[in-house]
Amino acid sequence: MSATTKDTAAPVIELRGISKRFGKSLDFAAKLAQGAKRALGGTVPNTVVRAVDNVDLTVRRGEVVGLVGESGCGKSTLGRMVAGIMPPSDGTVLFEGQDIRTFDSEQTRQAKLKVQMIFQDPYASLNPRMRVDEIVGEAPRVHRLVGPEGYDAYVDAQFRRAGLDPAYKRRYPHQFSGGQRQRIGIARALAVQPEFLVCDEAVAALDVSIQAQILNLFMDLREQLDLTYLFISHDLGVVEHLSDRVAIMYLGRIVEEASAEEIFSRANHPYTQALLAEVPRIDTRKRTFTAIKGEIPSPINPPPGCHFHPRCPHAMPICREQAPALATVAPGHRSACHLNTVG
Amino acid sequence: MSDTTLEVQGLSTHFLTRAGVVRAVEDISFSVGRGRVLGLVGESGSGKSVTGFSVIGLVDPPGQIARGKILFQGRDLTKLDERELQDLRGNRIAMIFQDPMMTLNPVLRIDTQMIETVLAHDNVSREEARQRSRDALGMVGIPSPDERLVSYPHQFSGGMRQRVAIAIALLHRPDLIIADEPTTALDVTIQAQILAEVQKLAREVGTALIWITHDLSVIAGLADDIAVMYAGRIVESGSVAEVLDRPMHPYTHGLIGSVPSRNARGTRLRQIPGMTPSMLNLGPGCAFRARCARADAACAADPPQSAPSAGRTLRCFHPQLEMTA
Repeated sequence: MSATTKDTAAPVIELRGISKRFGKSLDFAAKLAQGAKRALGGTVPNTVVRAVDNVDLTVRRGEVVGLVGESGCGKSTLGRMVAGIMPPSDGTVLFEGQDIRTFDSEQTRQAKLKVQMIFQDPYASLNPRMRVDEIVGEAPRVHRLVGPEGYDAYVDAQFRRAGLDPAYKRRYPHQFSGGQRQRIGIARALAVQPEFLVCDEAVAALDVSIQAQILNLFMDLREQLDLTYLFISHDLGVVEHLSDRVAIMYLGRIVEEASAEEIFSRANHPYTQALLAEVPRIDTRKRTFTAIKGEIPSPINPPPGCHFHPRCPHAMPICREQAPALATVAPGHRSACHLNTVG
Repeated sequence: MSDTTLEVQGLSTHFLTRAGVVRAVEDISFSVGRGRVLGLVGESGSGKSVTGFSVIGLVDPPGQIARGKILFQGRDLTKLDERELQDLRGNRIAMIFQDPMMTLNPVLRIDTQMIETVLAHDNVSREEARQRSRDALGMVGIPSPDERLVSYPHQFSGGMRQRVAIAIALLHRPDLIIADEPTTALDVTIQAQILAEVQKLAREVGTALIWITHDLSVIAGLADDIAVMYAGRIVESGSVAEVLDRPMHPYTHGLIGSVPSRNARGTRLRQIPGMTPSMLNLGPGCAFRARCARADAACAADPPQSAPSAGRTLRCFHPQLEMTA
């Protein structure tokens, strides 16, 4: 599919100003104690984590969008909000142009079926007490996508599509290898005929040769079923290979977004540049590793201004005070860095 | 002291289970020189971790070293008793695990654990042991080491914990470090920091390193030599440049071809069909033959180890000399 058709295709999912905060819910006594502490001039520590902070992201039909970031940057939380299994604290999610909050229960059910998720851990995401045909077939039966007479043939077809032999469908998950379990997870997601797949580190737990098999399966399915993907990963090599467009996240915010070619050839944000420099490449020989200094800060207490400034080699005074906005730096290329506006 | 820190000759480690014998490591030989890094590459279950455990003498029953010699600075480790091994472990040979919590005790402060490690092998004062622990933390790039010494493991992030585990491995400036997937669970930027420390160590202290991983890309940038394991055997070995640029074993070809960056964007990856065989009662013959496009009747026999050029080994009847385009 060429880039032009993708730019004009209708958005499947549009996120506008999405935020997700996690905090301890306090009972009455705890609130009273905090109030008293404040009244006596004490300070109450901030315990709210802004996992995702005011993010805009659009995924168009037929597109593969890669979402990249290190642990704790909020990429999985964002993926869960896209998949509709976690409500956002603020902001709007548009599904096929409509605000999902205006949906009635039937529309919500339809929308949720159309967006399915594939998880990282092929061990934890399958119920160990269910036979795999039941794991794959339960949702289509409950949602009446298939009647009792066509059920067996339908489940067999799902198995075959994911590259599994239906002869093994009466087995339990523990009788399969990691790669096969990931295929079961894929068969389960596809069984409800979704249009959009959220893959959350779907190949991270697999061996290299098995990872290649699953990536090939994703690419084949995209062609056969005209699927749209949000592909969440920390592995830049995998994302580069698969994605049309890439968004880079750091501590709850998208810091850069552009087409895959653009990101990997002309990265704008210092964080993206540093990430790309650190990716081990099979073509390099005996290189000297130089690291981005410092650790990823805790999302409970992120640095003010640009979250990346304590680790950034180009940090200026303004970076400590003001968060840079995600602004267009080239057609289809957005980056959140003060370097683009100053001098 | 010779320049070869470790030489393993014909090592076999077997697990005698009720279901049968698992030949986790079968007749492998390799050596690591002073200040050199050997990358031991393979997928899950290929025997690379068991190789590491065998060298440091931590194979638990039902596992046992069935055959072979492990020569560490000329001494055969398989002949030593437990007491002599204890003198070496943590002192001259150290191991870093994938999960730093395998090294760290969650209920003890970092200083307690580090001072204990120093005192286990050296007769020094507590104050001096503390000083050495502090210096080791500084060496792996932990900021304000004095404060961090009195922290508990849970107060560190994953990357910091791994650095503490590495600092403990460095306390006695060992001659050999076995690192078992130490950066696999870490983020790219943290991984780069740790790789930078490790390189410095090999360069400055002359420590020999065995770096066990499934990630060819890390090995490409870090190691001097590489040994590719499949189903308990080293199927190909040599210098990194030789093996990665001119691979011969079809499995090595497959591994390199599976790396996404080696393929044009959006095209199908060259995958290896099938999956790794069960190690239980693995019969004779090349274990890779069921997944190999070049296999024929000859492969039902064990391919002997050959030396196609100086410093290289290969176990294959039908080496693939040209690169797959």
